[in-house]
Amino acid sequence: MAAESAPLRVELVAPDRTVWSGEAEMVIARTTEGDVGILRGHAPLLSLLTDAVVEISTPDGGVVVAVVDGGFVSVADGRVSILSDHAQLPHEIDVDAARAELEEARNVVGANDEAERRLRRAEARIRAVEKAS
Amino acid sequence: MAVSLREYRARIKSTESMKKITRAMELIAASRIIKAQQRAQSAAPYARELTRAVSAVATFSNVDHPLTTEPENATRAAVLVVTSDRGLAGAYSSSVIKEAERLAEKLREEGKQVATYICGRKGEAYFKFRGRSVVRSWTGFSDQPSLEAAHEVSQALISAFVDEEGEGVDEVHVVFTRFRSMLVQEPTAVRLLPLEVVEGTEAPSKEEALPLYEFEPSAEAVLDSLLPRYVESRIFFALLQAAASELAARQKAMKSATDNAEELIKKYTRIANQARQAGITQEISEIVGGVNALADAQAGSE
Repeated sequence: MAAESAPLRVELVAPDRTVWSGEAEMVIARTTEGDVGILRGHAPLLSLLTDAVVEISTPDGGVVVAVVDGGFVSVADGRVSILSDHAQLPHEIDVDAARAELEEARNVVGANDEAERRLRRAEARIRAVEKAS
Repeated sequence: MAVSLREYRARIKSTESMKKITRAMELIAASRIIKAQQRAQSAAPYARELTRAVSAVATFSNVDHPLTTEPENATRAAVLVVTSDRGLAGAYSSSVIKEAERLAEKLREEGKQVATYICGRKGEAYFKFRGRSVVRSWTGFSDQPSLEAAHEVSQALISAFVDEEGEGVDEVHVVFTRFRSMLVQEPTAVRLLPLEVVEGTEAPSKEEALPLYEFEPSAEAVLDSLLPRYVESRIFFALLQAAASELAARQKAMKSATDNAEELIKKYTRIANQARQAGITQEISEIVGGVNALADAQAGSE
């Protein structure tokens, strides 16, 4: 494939905006089956994501961290699209709100799936902020 | 004469204040329309990537999904009509309702029952006034549709579509106003479900071997989560387009209302001036007549 030598083109999009887009060396995302690392020349892939952190390594050595609430990742021809209902970059996350949410979710956890999801989301947010700083 | 002059002045005054209101509404619509367009534009990448992914699955796997399979003989069709919450937007709501009526007529001719779903207070009022049944309606977000609203609407439509029992529908259509430009908005009817994925990523049947897609956990699971999102994104797109169209229609309507008010003010001012002039002329001629009569009487007595 011609795209093998070129860096990956990554689009991280939420329904109402493009959260991040640019070139990348590597993308690490957590799918329902486990973590997946995507390098250039990756085989076409379409996979579901869980509520977790996505890491994008840019060609200049930087790392972009973002948190996604579910969604999926699609890889084809050197393009990586990460689509999620809610995607946030660390500087958009309100850490205190996430911590409060985490506490609240811990208290009700086990009640239902929704509580568990809330817990996972809050954790993912805090982890994203910690990774970025 | 003096009474009608006062009347005309009052009319000019009220037309002027009306003009102020319509001018303000025009400006508000004009400033909001830019925001609405930006929202529509920023939603485009998601829709594009989603379409790409959906067509990839549709092209590179042969999975049948309830949302894409064509029912054998459709008997019930759902129509979602996207109207506005507020009026004063010219023919915006009525033209989209007209389009919806046309579609409903066509569906009935094909022997399908029509179940109506409404977005926007205007459409709701239209159907309520005529005593026609509406399955569900949503209001309150026509000029700034949120993703949550689109989610709610798509959930209702999908569950009606998937439902195999009596209340279920076999087709889902959406009637909304497409925003072509500031001047042109056209009511459009599209069939949403069953999905037809027409936009292929690239012509899939080239000589070269197809890229082998990996689906994780499985093609079915991916489709299960992908297709509802696709429907949601299509509905969100329709809502955003409708919002931009509504604002454009309102701006246009308010602009012509302002122009009309200006015309009226001009006309009334002319009439009022005429009436004032007539009054003065009459007063002068009365005075002159009186003076003449006096002079004649004095001349006669001398």
